[in-house]
Amino acid sequence: MPMKRVLVNEPVCMGCHLCEVYCQLNHSTSSDLVKAFKRPEHQNLPRLRIEARNPIFFSLRCQHCAEAPCISACLTGALSRDEKSGAVITDEAKCIGCWTCILACPYGAIKQDTVKHKSVKCDLCQGSKIPACVEHCPNEALVFEEVAEVKSK
Amino acid sequence: MNRTKYLIIGNSAGGIGAVEAIRRVDKAGAITIISEEPYAAYSRPLISEHLFENRPVANMLFRSPDFYVKNNVQTILGKKVTGLDLKAKTAQLEDGASMKWEKLLLATGGQPIIPKMDGVKTPGVFTFTTIDDAEAIDRFLPRVQRAVIIGGGLIGISVTDALVKRGIDVTIVEMKDRVLNVMLDEAASALVEDALKKNNVRIITGRTVTEIHSDFTTEILTGVTLDNGQELTAEMVVAAVGVKPRVELAMAAGIKTNRGIVVDRAMQTSTADVYACGDAAEVYDFIFGDNRVTPIWPNAFVGGGVAGANMAGKKSEYAGGMSMNSIKYFGLSIASAGMVTPPDAAYEVISQTTGRNYRKLILKDGIITGMVFTGNIESAGIICGLMKDKVNVEAFKRALISDNFSFLSLPEIVWRERLEITFKKPAAMSGAGVRQ
Repeated sequence: MPMKRVLVNEPVCMGCHLCEVYCQLNHSTSSDLVKAFKRPEHQNLPRLRIEARNPIFFSLRCQHCAEAPCISACLTGALSRDEKSGAVITDEAKCIGCWTCILACPYGAIKQDTVKHKSVKCDLCQGSKIPACVEHCPNEALVFEEVAEVKSK
Repeated sequence: MNRTKYLIIGNSAGGIGAVEAIRRVDKAGAITIISEEPYAAYSRPLISEHLFENRPVANMLFRSPDFYVKNNVQTILGKKVTGLDLKAKTAQLEDGASMKWEKLLLATGGQPIIPKMDGVKTPGVFTFTTIDDAEAIDRFLPRVQRAVIIGGGLIGISVTDALVKRGIDVTIVEMKDRVLNVMLDEAASALVEDALKKNNVRIITGRTVTEIHSDFTTEILTGVTLDNGQELTAEMVVAAVGVKPRVELAMAAGIKTNRGIVVDRAMQTSTADVYACGDAAEVYDFIFGDNRVTPIWPNAFVGGGVAGANMAGKKSEYAGGMSMNSIKYFGLSIASAGMVTPPDAAYEVISQTTGRNYRKLILKDGIITGMVFTGNIESAGIICGLMKDKVNVEAFKRALISDNFSFLSLPEIVWRERLEITFKKPAAMSGAGVRQ
């Protein structure tokens, strides 16, 4: 199934971390930037990781692989594919934080929320037209584009 | 006689993986699942949660409740298959019914090994692999203060975690010199033992239970004797010494079995149109380069998927799996894959410890054959990816165990290749100055 994915235009990424900031905000239970970062009850991890080794920067997130190894590895069925968007999404109620998906992901794109004991990953900002990271990238270093099926490594 | 195109015996990871793969190819062919368990497919690891927080079965389901309806699967649950006729392509059920099939999948799983010893049939001796096991333990708990767990493997640790949370005083008796000795190395086992001790769990290693006692008149379980004569008082015993592949159906039908049901890379058994997967089968392991029993959930699911595709006529080959485990009990975060200890001197071991984080790799000729990580394990999947693709890491192996390892710790040619799909392709290659 062709789907839209976030791609990195690495040559123009300057490592400003705004994608990370807006990812965290969009996944916070508060829409207030300060609360999203400073109030533990509103804090949720950003679902991407910044790779930086001057002068190379880029942000890395779930690739929503066609044959997603994390879905195959998930012990509880918490990970599944959203039929509409094609995104690989997590049902937090079902996730028990066993971290098996982390072992399965060749991109290291799944994070451990050690407070809630849940795996967290990019959900392409379900419900939004454009993922927050793409929307707020000041340099068009992130684009949201239709791509062919992704075969994972 | 009932007929089905696809018959799947077993309703867990392998069986569900097969259904999903069959339906990707064949939307209409009749699928029937027979399982002796009366439940919709549930996540077996969640029986621990079922026991300690009474998580309802509805919240343990591996797939949505409408899975069978949506995929047009007929289920026969709570019934046992008692025999197979491979020539006639039929399966006999315990109630006398029989089912004719065109393609068969044996996803029969494993069964707990019950050690042979006096008193093993005493009420109060349990195993811990099914919902019914967890419920039987739950019903028995009101009369339990102390429990002895025979075996410090994953099942032993998971039942210990649940029992500790229920306020039970637990002693683990492990035959080898440390708990989780199959899936962890010494350093990681020591971490688990520390966590167990902090939770007041007593660990006795290097010992086995030789006898389970009960009161002569009331038959109430009173304790166990160890092989050194030591006695432990307990009201409950959980036998968690291991699981063995359920091969009896296959064996009786004349299908080739070894420790598990023997399959090829298409997951087909020695008999055409009969497939096997999961804990019941011996499947290809790319670390050891041979077929073996690796009873882990993800491999069962993937193997079931390969079997299902082939059953539906789409050629598919099992790429091979490896042992892969992670520990979440007692708030720990530990991951291991492949070998956890080097089999001989030809292997190299490198490791690094920084505070809570421990990273160990086992390598041979520059290829990673095993890993154990504790603490922050978020990059464990990148390592597993390098293992799967047999990437030679000789030149940068030290970077892999560094605490701040990331993709950019790898040589540029390696990370660019591995992350190719995440980058936007340069617009056109014709113009000058396009950066490669």
